[in-house]
Amino acid sequence: MTPRIRVSLAVLVLLAAISLAAPSFTSWTHDAIDWQNQAVPPQVEAGHWLGTDRLGRDLFARGMQALRISLALGVLATLISVLIGVTWGAIAGFAGGRIDAAMMRFVDIVYALPYVFIVIILSTLLPRGSLAGLFLAIGAVGWLTMARIVRGQTLSLRKREFIQAAIASGVRVPGILWRHIVPNVLGTVIAYATLTIPQVILFESFLSFLGLGVQEPYASLGSLINEGAQEMESSPWMLLVPAGLLTAMLLAFNALGEGLRARLGPGDE
Amino acid sequence: MLGYALRRLVGLVPTLFVLVTLSFFVIRLAPGGPFDQEQSLTPAIRANLDAAYGLDQPLPVQYGRYLRGLVQGDLGPSLRFKDYRVDELIARGLPLSLTIGLAAAALAVVVGVWLGALAAWRPGSRVLRSLMGLSLLGVILPGFVVGPLLALVFGIYWPVFRIAGFEPGDPSFLVLPVITLALPVAAYVARLMRDSMSEVLRSNFIRTARAKGLGTRVVLWRHALRPALIPVVSYLGPAIAFVITGSLVVEAVFGLPGSGRYLVQGAIDRDYPLVMGMILVYGVVTLLCNLLADLLYGWLDPRVRPA
Repeated sequence: MTPRIRVSLAVLVLLAAISLAAPSFTSWTHDAIDWQNQAVPPQVEAGHWLGTDRLGRDLFARGMQALRISLALGVLATLISVLIGVTWGAIAGFAGGRIDAAMMRFVDIVYALPYVFIVIILSTLLPRGSLAGLFLAIGAVGWLTMARIVRGQTLSLRKREFIQAAIASGVRVPGILWRHIVPNVLGTVIAYATLTIPQVILFESFLSFLGLGVQEPYASLGSLINEGAQEMESSPWMLLVPAGLLTAMLLAFNALGEGLRARLGPGDE
Repeated sequence: MLGYALRRLVGLVPTLFVLVTLSFFVIRLAPGGPFDQEQSLTPAIRANLDAAYGLDQPLPVQYGRYLRGLVQGDLGPSLRFKDYRVDELIARGLPLSLTIGLAAAALAVVVGVWLGALAAWRPGSRVLRSLMGLSLLGVILPGFVVGPLLALVFGIYWPVFRIAGFEPGDPSFLVLPVITLALPVAAYVARLMRDSMSEVLRSNFIRTARAKGLGTRVVLWRHALRPALIPVVSYLGPAIAFVITGSLVVEAVFGLPGSGRYLVQGAIDRDYPLVMGMILVYGVVTLLCNLLADLLYGWLDPRVRPA
């Protein structure tokens, strides 16, 4: 493990651990209102370590709850896009010919559509605040690049002797894909998936910033930044807390992904 | 070349058609309708409203009508902004959005290319090296984090630019939005440019140019620039798409009356024609910019020019 991988992994584990353990060591919850301490800066006396928002809700509790949503959403939506992307890319690359051309043409067309618009439209489809909807909306669009990468790798794998041997000895196509192709593209897939997670988190925050994502009483880093930006003149901590959390998380995921990509496989991008 | 450009232009039509069709039906799948918020509506008035806008027809009929209007350049009426047509609304906000977007794209390319080229020319410079290190932050941080932070520092703590109460015609409001939008693109372009420029600088024709005794400026900006620009140009398409969608955020952050808000508000209000109009206009702009970048690519690199 290179230092870059180790440090970023440590930061991520730390963030995840704190956010998961937070409910057990703060006295505030994400939606509890402290009527005596509205919009107060970070302080120890009342237990508002990172201050409160305009309504008197504890920013540490809200920030940690937002972090939990971001991490869960990032990992799950990435899993969805990995599942679709790997299946699509492996089938297209292995089938080749007309099937390959048709499948990749589809990817090209969806690729050309403005990504943000698709997710915004998809997010309006679902009841507001439904997290399951957000998972689907983001995961469903995030698989395109994964499909391209996996297809490219599969194309070159298909000509290798061990695949030819598998075909010759009568292994069925799903068996070849699952046993021989997928394990061989796994390194690249993991590296790229690590880079997809921050993109998903960014997207969720972006949608929440616009008011289309996570809804009250739950917080998202995006919605916290939006609220904080409106109050930054009098209470800058409301902006700095969520902005700092998001920055730390994005930096760590990107560093981890780049580190893994440098080690695990050829970068196609 | 002209024939090729025209063919590519015609090639955009199917993509646009898919975009329109997909978004038309997907928006309609969403629960709720444009007139839900008006509680006091009696069923009869509701029915009248639906009939007036053709919303009582079956979906395929509405789709056909929409396409027919579209071919004639009619984007339809807005359902929530009473007495406005969609094209009027978009025409009101688009100039500002385009100004910000184009200014940001231009700034990003100029700064990015210049910085990247210098960083490749002088790999030992500490200033340039630390700037390139900082650029990684620029690539990663989203506009809705950078924007408010810039506003906090340069609008409140050290008030050089105005950030509230937009007045049209005063460029002082546009500086921070443009910088926010340009920053990630500039950072990415700088990194691309540094890598491609250092490669070009190692090639034989540059050594020849230097051996002839040409000065730094001529070698760097006249000989090396054009080949080194190729990766930057192939990134321009995605970059412009980024700037266009990014203007949505920047307009929200700085409270600018661009057209971006219509997309989000329209989506929340179920203002179908307005959302469709926005998707179409932004889609056309994005695709056209991509096409332009492709054509520019051919101009820079004769090897990819179509016969």
